Amino acid sequence: MMPHDETMILETPFHSRCLALCEINLWEDWKGYRSAAAYTSVEQEYFAVRSNTGVFDISPMIKYRFTGPDAGAYLNRLVTRDISKIAVDRVAYTVWCDDNGQVMDDGTIFHLAENDYRLCAYARCLDWLMWSAEGFDVTIVDETADVAALAVQGPTSCAVFKDMGFDGIEHLKPFGIARYPFKGAEVMISRTGFTGDLGYEIWIDPTFAEPFWDDLFAAGKLRGIRAIGSAALDMLRTETGFLQAGIDFIPAEEAIRTGRSRSPFELGLGWLVSFDKPVFNGRKALLKEKQEGSRYAFVYLDVEGNKPAEHAFIYSGSKEVGTVTTAAWCPTAKTNVAFAQVDAQYGKVGQKLVAEIYYERELKWTRVMAKCTVIEGAVFNPPRKRQTPAPDF
Amino acid sequence: MKKYDAIIIGAGHNGLTNAAYLAKAGLKVLVLEKNAYIGGATVSRELYPNWKYSNCSYVCSLLRPEIIRDLELPRHGLQVVPYGGGVTFKENGDYFGNHADHERLLREVARHSKRDASAYERYEADVMKQTRLIRPFLMRTPPDPTSLKPRDLKELALLAKSFGSMGEEGLADTMRFWTMSIGDFLDEYFESDVIKAHLAGSGIIGTALGVYSPGTAYVLLHHYMGDVDGSVGAWGFARGGMGSVAAALSKSFLSFGGTIKCDAEAAQIIVKNGKAKGVALANGDELYADIVVSNLDPKRTFLKIMDESDLPADVVTKAKNFKIRGSSGKLNIALDGLPTFTGLPKESPLCLGEKHFSDSLPKMERAYDDWKAETWSKDPYVDMLIPTQIDPTMAPPGKHMMSVFVQYAPPKINGGDWTAEDKAGFEKTVIDQISNYSPDFKDLILHCETRTPQDIENEVGLTEGNIFMGELTFDQLLFNRPFPGYAQYRGPVKGMYMCSSGTHPGGGVMAAPGANAAREILMDLKLTNTVPGGYDDD
Repeated sequence: MMPHDETMILETPFHSRCLALCEINLWEDWKGYRSAAAYTSVEQEYFAVRSNTGVFDISPMIKYRFTGPDAGAYLNRLVTRDISKIAVDRVAYTVWCDDNGQVMDDGTIFHLAENDYRLCAYARCLDWLMWSAEGFDVTIVDETADVAALAVQGPTSCAVFKDMGFDGIEHLKPFGIARYPFKGAEVMISRTGFTGDLGYEIWIDPTFAEPFWDDLFAAGKLRGIRAIGSAALDMLRTETGFLQAGIDFIPAEEAIRTGRSRSPFELGLGWLVSFDKPVFNGRKALLKEKQEGSRYAFVYLDVEGNKPAEHAFIYSGSKEVGTVTTAAWCPTAKTNVAFAQVDAQYGKVGQKLVAEIYYERELKWTRVMAKCTVIEGAVFNPPRKRQTPAPDF
Repeated sequence: MKKYDAIIIGAGHNGLTNAAYLAKAGLKVLVLEKNAYIGGATVSRELYPNWKYSNCSYVCSLLRPEIIRDLELPRHGLQVVPYGGGVTFKENGDYFGNHADHERLLREVARHSKRDASAYERYEADVMKQTRLIRPFLMRTPPDPTSLKPRDLKELALLAKSFGSMGEEGLADTMRFWTMSIGDFLDEYFESDVIKAHLAGSGIIGTALGVYSPGTAYVLLHHYMGDVDGSVGAWGFARGGMGSVAAALSKSFLSFGGTIKCDAEAAQIIVKNGKAKGVALANGDELYADIVVSNLDPKRTFLKIMDESDLPADVVTKAKNFKIRGSSGKLNIALDGLPTFTGLPKESPLCLGEKHFSDSLPKMERAYDDWKAETWSKDPYVDMLIPTQIDPTMAPPGKHMMSVFVQYAPPKINGGDWTAEDKAGFEKTVIDQISNYSPDFKDLILHCETRTPQDIENEVGLTEGNIFMGELTFDQLLFNRPFPGYAQYRGPVKGMYMCSSGTHPGGGVMAAPGANAAREILMDLKLTNTVPGGYDDD
């Protein structure tokens, strides 16, 4: 039991720095932490990531640590992806399912060392993690508050890190992990992120959070660094096709109405399911689904015109076949994109559909029936995201 | 003698609701009340100058929004103000705070157990699943499962469809949930004693069962299935006390031309040739109507104000067997100021909600053991609120009113009536428990009204002082409430009906029994229905 704590909302280890930069005072609650929705201008923050470097405080992200001789085997049992293929100092995006093969959450697994892993998740899931741990020699610790973290994203992010003295960072491959000394401590840098651009995430002891931020912003000063809020991040993730738990799907444990949860196949994440590995949570149900077919398909839509298809119904002819979960005009890709859940048969690339979009201008509401096409995936997917050595813009 | 179309016995909230809908349909309706004031257990009285006590029911959530809106209760003065917060104090000086803000609440749960914080979201979703199943049936008459009437078959089909929509797993969960104990249910989610204890209270309130008695999980659901403005599970204060619910209902009733007679105790329902003909009062007066509706509990209705010879033998037996055991008492306290609670800042938003002083399930089970031994709990579970923090009408500025619901208190002490010494001992037990956690509490007490189950029965007329007019266990719910064959509000005598909380969907100040009964009566009279259906709950 921890002592009383009267504070109503927590502050991240970077809070003093975020507060100083948050000119428009737009905050929101991210899992109990005060988190900036925007600092100055959503548009400028968005373009900072696409043209320079944007820094997003991801400290509130739920983080679990797994150690012990069975840590790897345990995670392989927990998630759908084959974790045995993730080498030390590598990161893997994955989902995990309940026994009905319904997605509980998505997140990233960091293979920190032999028998040592970190899982970053959207939702708290310690209870489920403990359930799944029966029979495994693994220790599970919630380390959310013990690790400060920043996403440092954008074309100049590698250059900024080089200027900070992180030599050789340009050789870090996507989903790789590197470690550097920082003022007597260690900063872990992974080439990961939620923006689809060249970028990194840094992980550090909270006591070194403020000095790290100060050095980062000093180094980035000439390279257009700025702090970004969740509003800009949402545009960025949409443009690059990343799903958001709680928005693009309901975590299975939180779904109250029957049939509202989704399987990995129904979220376009079938590539994360490995039937070649030993038994894992949801395997039986997923195998059955693979054989018998899914109920829904998750699709990326290229939507005609420039009106974001927010909350739109999707039609095939006059038949309603789905709804939009995320929609935005993408400023870099210059595309009007939408994510939608549709009945499985309408999910094929090239499928023509119609989005019923309502928009308001000066209190006048207009309805447009916008043609859409199911597309392959992210509308923004630049080579610099993958290039190694990372380019120096 | 003046003849009415319908006479309703008992001016509690269900009687008034029933009367309002009958009057709205154009009937000449009389409501009889034995007390000098209306409200039954939905009452607020000034027993200490300038203080108002909600003597019985004290908070509001289950009152059907369809009825509030349809009878224009807001226009007639009803205002329900939601409250949040809540605390369970621990013996070791710590507490669990039931924060209204979701993330803040989860952090507080995590302070006691990180694992429980993640289990809490599963718990909430699972309880909500069960809540969503039952809510659509609150404003419907339960189907008779043995009937082949089209209406019963249709309603049964709806019930089956709702169950079916839960899926295979959901169906199994539902069967378990309706029959298991709240203790067993919570043990499947949580490891922290204090969190389990905090949540378990809703499973035993008003029920002569312990936290590990089968059937108590449903009682928890009964406390979760209400809402304030669509926020399911939320509770509020009726501004001015619960008496304002009865006051608004009576105004609505009077606006439709109804009549209320206080100080008019019904002694007997007059039955002639198998038909209800009216009511004989305790003072000897006889009042006539072809429709007589009893808002008394099933025991009182069939064993006290009806002649056994007018009834089928099975009804008399069923009424005798009806489970309506007294298990709770109440203290209403006038305070000279706001008490301080150990470890909790006075301005903490947690103070606005319920306070409890039972920090583990075994402790609560032991409180039940005392009840079984026919004495009040020596370390009771209390549900304590200070509504004056939100409602300024209950006490002068700066002063406060405290409502303390106490579980358990038996209807009889060791087989005999409560004596003055017993009552004093009960009062002392409760006050001592609170002052263990609030050093200045005793000094602030200006007046205390203590109510034993016996007091509640004598004053309000609830048999054994049972607040739900019959326990909310599966054997007495839905088409078995009050008993099989009589769940559609019709009595065994033509023209005689039941509208009390002893009928579906039960107690808790819902007003649904009163409204549902009115719908049946109007159907029998072939009159246009005035009773609204339930809101779609998707």
